[in-house]
Amino acid sequence: MTTKLFGEPVRRREDLRLITGRGRYTDDIGHGALAAAFVRSPYAHARILDIDVDAALDVEGVVAVYTYEDLYGPMAEPLPVLIPHPQLTAPRTGYPLARDVVQHVGEAVVMVVATDRYVAEDVCDRIAVSYEELPVVVGVDAAREAVHSVHSDVPDNVAARHHQETGDVEAALAASAHTLSFTQYIERSACMPMEGKGVHAVWNHDDSSLRVHTSTQASTSVRAAIAAKLQLSLEKVEVVAPDVGGGFGVKIVHPWPEELLVPMAAMALGQPVHWAEDRREHFISSAHEREQRQEITVGYDDEGRVTALDVRGWHDNGAYTPYGIIVPIVTATQLVGPYAIPVYRVRIDSVYTNTVIVTPYRGAGRPQGCYAMERTMDRIAQDLGLDRAEVRRRNLIQPDQFPYDHHLTFQDGRPVIYDSGNYEGLLDKLVALVGWDRAEERRAEAAARGKQLGIGMAMYVEGTGPGPYEGGHVQVLGSGKVLVSTGLTSQGQGHETAFAQIVASELGVPIEDIEVVTGDTRRFGYAVGTFASRAAVMSGNAIALAARGVRAKALRIAADVLEADVDDLEIDEGVVQVKGTPGASIPLRTVAVLSNPLRYAFDEAARQATQFAGPGDDSKPPVAVGDAPGLEHVDYYSPIRSTFASGAHAAVVEIDPTTWEIDVVDYAVVHDCGNIVNPMIVEGQVHGGVAQGVGGALYERMAYDADGQLQNASFMDFLMPYASEVPDVVIDHQETPSPLNPLGLKGAGEAGVIPGTACIASAIEDAVGRRIAAMPISPTELYDLVRNPDAERVPAATTGVPA
Amino acid sequence: MKPAPFGYADPTSLDEALTLLTEDGAKVLAGGQSLLPLLSMRLASPATLVDINKVPGLDTVAVSGDGVRVGALVRHAQLLHHPEAARVQPLLARATANVAHPAIRNRGTTVGSIAHADPSGEMTSVLALTGGSVTVATPEGSSAVDWADFFVGPLETSVHGPAVVTDAFFPALPPRSGTAFEEVSRRKGDYAVCGAGVTVTLDDDSRVVSARAAYISVGLVPEVHDLTEAVHGRTVDQADWAAAGDLARTLVDPDGDLHASADYRRLLVGVLTERTLARAGAEAAGRTA
Ligand SMILES: Cc1cc2nc3c(=O)[nH]c(=O)nc-3n(C[C@H](O)[C@H](O)[C@H](O)COP(=O)(O)OP(=O)(O)OC[C@H]3O[C@@H](n4cnc5c(N)ncnc54)[C@H](O)[C@@H]3O)c2cc1C
Repeated sequence: MTTKLFGEPVRRREDLRLITGRGRYTDDIGHGALAAAFVRSPYAHARILDIDVDAALDVEGVVAVYTYEDLYGPMAEPLPVLIPHPQLTAPRTGYPLARDVVQHVGEAVVMVVATDRYVAEDVCDRIAVSYEELPVVVGVDAAREAVHSVHSDVPDNVAARHHQETGDVEAALAASAHTLSFTQYIERSACMPMEGKGVHAVWNHDDSSLRVHTSTQASTSVRAAIAAKLQLSLEKVEVVAPDVGGGFGVKIVHPWPEELLVPMAAMALGQPVHWAEDRREHFISSAHEREQRQEITVGYDDEGRVTALDVRGWHDNGAYTPYGIIVPIVTATQLVGPYAIPVYRVRIDSVYTNTVIVTPYRGAGRPQGCYAMERTMDRIAQDLGLDRAEVRRRNLIQPDQFPYDHHLTFQDGRPVIYDSGNYEGLLDKLVALVGWDRAEERRAEAAARGKQLGIGMAMYVEGTGPGPYEGGHVQVLGSGKVLVSTGLTSQGQGHETAFAQIVASELGVPIEDIEVVTGDTRRFGYAVGTFASRAAVMSGNAIALAARGVRAKALRIAADVLEADVDDLEIDEGVVQVKGTPGASIPLRTVAVLSNPLRYAFDEAARQATQFAGPGDDSKPPVAVGDAPGLEHVDYYSPIRSTFASGAHAAVVEIDPTTWEIDVVDYAVVHDCGNIVNPMIVEGQVHGGVAQGVGGALYERMAYDADGQLQNASFMDFLMPYASEVPDVVIDHQETPSPLNPLGLKGAGEAGVIPGTACIASAIEDAVGRRIAAMPISPTELYDLVRNPDAERVPAATTGVPA
Repeated sequence: MKPAPFGYADPTSLDEALTLLTEDGAKVLAGGQSLLPLLSMRLASPATLVDINKVPGLDTVAVSGDGVRVGALVRHAQLLHHPEAARVQPLLARATANVAHPAIRNRGTTVGSIAHADPSGEMTSVLALTGGSVTVATPEGSSAVDWADFFVGPLETSVHGPAVVTDAFFPALPPRSGTAFEEVSRRKGDYAVCGAGVTVTLDDDSRVVSARAAYISVGLVPEVHDLTEAVHGRTVDQADWAAAGDLARTLVDPDGDLHASADYRRLLVGVLTERTLARAGAEAAGRTA
């Protein structure tokens, strides 16, 4: 059957539009709007003494200038702490426009609205803000030392102390045959979507309603925030996420100051107002992620089996905590990966610095956790002279141990209970895929060419598809068109295709007849958002359930018309038919017409549903009690807890020992996201994730100086890898369905990025024989490391040699 | 990231361009690949851009036995794909291949990058290594300026006031000579962390009489270093190119930045010198044989 598309590598339907310039992003919407621009703090920490706008008011084309003084009601209050947590004891958020003190370079101080963006920036140039500089805190170590404080009422700079433990770790360490301890660092990177943020707001005087287009990952929640802050009734606010040019996490944060200020100005001025973030603004006023210091102590037996793990971490959350402590919680709980760790304690302090806020970036704390755990596995192997793959194997949770309870509490407040998995299967496939056992041969072959070759691996488990819920709406029109909507947003992942495949398969209709809309509150008002690899799991299942509802209703109506038993009916290619009885059929579009009893025949199709069209049953009302007109259904999927995807990556690097350039020559991925809706889309997600993983390991960092100035706030100096820096990726799949949801899905969106830093660090260490304890690493740093006589030497690996 | 207001003129003759350039705050616009980003970031706010793209006669590559004369409107891509120019002075194609990415090479001009005098640009050093010069047109007339008198500092030349650099002249590769060019960049197409261009010349007995190098992203202005003493009088096979690399390391004074420490740049100067000299030497030997 051609309509059974679930699991097929269907080409992405959105791509033709997106890659031929026919996407519709916030910047494409509503030409002729007034433009907003912002005066942002040039200092990392300073008190605002005075804002002088006089010279700015002479500029031709200036329309309005707003400072904190112009905000009123809820707008004058701090931005929300989106995800409160009992351990977040000192949450702090900024104001839409800075009030007295600025806490990082880039914080918005003044909003200017003018006839166009050029004029708006001219106006910004003429606004004179005077500041008194305050001491600056940059980096986790400075935050921890707390010589200076970011927030004067948080003297120790600690926003939260996150703590979880599964037993008496000190006793377990004391009882361990071996222990080792080490400290390592991971630096900041950022999402860097091609499209920055953008907001377009139109106030409609006639019905006092507001329509906002914003480049967001959470349109329903932006809507709620705007309604609350601007004191509007919810039904008077519409929020639409049009095409979104990438999110990767930064657009799940909301409401961004601009998402409130631009609508506020549109209401006040009675004219559409538009703001498009430029790249420099994105660098200094959006969000970053990853920076942590990790102190790890592990106990293990003679075979390399972990007996106890104690992790002490410091997480740099930047200047504010609007997104709570999700990132450190995810690090803490995902760190244990695919391993059975008998006793685990994790304590992570989330600390303030005078830098851009830290909120989830694809992986969202998992790359750091994976880096901690996987580097620990490498060290155990080195200490015992064992193969790194073998040490991992000995610690894996076994297939018969599912569901596996880690006795930890996840980011959704639910227990970390792995639903299903086959980690040994992943490891076997990875070892075969990358040729782990041939490593020594390849090392020798590379050495003959003057290159130092190294190989590394890293495994991960990713909690995906957290609740609370998503919904789906499926409706068959009398034209045969099938409308599908969900409130969750899309940022290029291929939802239009994957969701259409699900509906095509569930309903038995051609994919061409299906139209998918996401992230538009006019179409679907209840949603949570796109993050944590949850779209397929959450909206995919909700849409499947909605399609099943439509199917049940269609069969019921068709059974009446065809005078057949529901169980004898099937739907294929959009036609309901009696199995095995050619001719006894009715098109779904006719069923849709009949589902809505009519008085008026507005077109030919409608005639069939009018009151004199056929013999009716006079004993029943036209719409049965409990039924509704129309062939449509809404359903929701709300999981008991997250589902856990998993995978294993390996990297082979070659290092030129004359220039210390690092080349990732092979990259292998084995990936398990349960049942796969579309393998082509999953592979695309993996490729993109690996590219970001390579970026985070070798190229990207946020280079703050001691004054809190970001030194590389442009694509000239922030080095996102080009295609030429990203290795070819070979992928193997394993499908271990989730027992938790109807489609057996697990998320796939973030997986590709998670193990990058860990496995590339491992490979470089293997190549050069020096300890890698800070990532990312560049050739100039590698050069410093190898010629430093104090650098820790690492024993030669026994890769592929069974112990 | 929108430029401050500026005026724009696109004169159709050199005289007209020079007249427009006498106005305060007027600046030449060629390919715009360096200037427009500066405008957008408001790091520069010229009063008027004098776009020279409509000035006739500036878009040719003139190749003679003496060398290659590259007009002010010749794009990097044009020079990269110019076999005749490459035959007379192979460094031109070898170096332009390392300038940015195709899209930028299609618009950016080679002369513009020399006029821009960025020490991390390739063509400034190539001009120096080949012993080239530029032609500077001013309202008073045209004159040739030797490379050594042209580059004054980073993004600074000796030319002030109304002027258009109408061409750059790269002398031909001398007989019995070979060249090579190589650079290390963080990502393919980025400005070099360090680059090296070299020329090796042999005598009739195939012994080295000259080995010279110029570096990219090392030093504030292009410098040519004579490394002959390390390899003088040796045949290409006997020459200790590593010694020349070591010598080069002692001659340069690189700075550190976000992407490379000064020490790392010095390391690369040695490595790239050794590699490129060996290749240039082999090429010279091939041409001499
Ligand atoms: C992403 C990116 C990467 C790049 N990478 C490299 C690289 O790796 N290596 C490299 O060398 N360059 C690189 N460039 C710069 C590029 O080569 C520019 O084209 C070149 O530096 C300037 O040439 P232009 O014609 O674009 O000059 P413009 O941008 O038009 O002008 C640059 C400056 O020179 C002046 N000027 C230009 N022409 C003349 C003239 N004829 N007479 C007098 N003054 C003149 C202008 O007034 C201006 O001050 C890169 C640029 C970008 C955007």
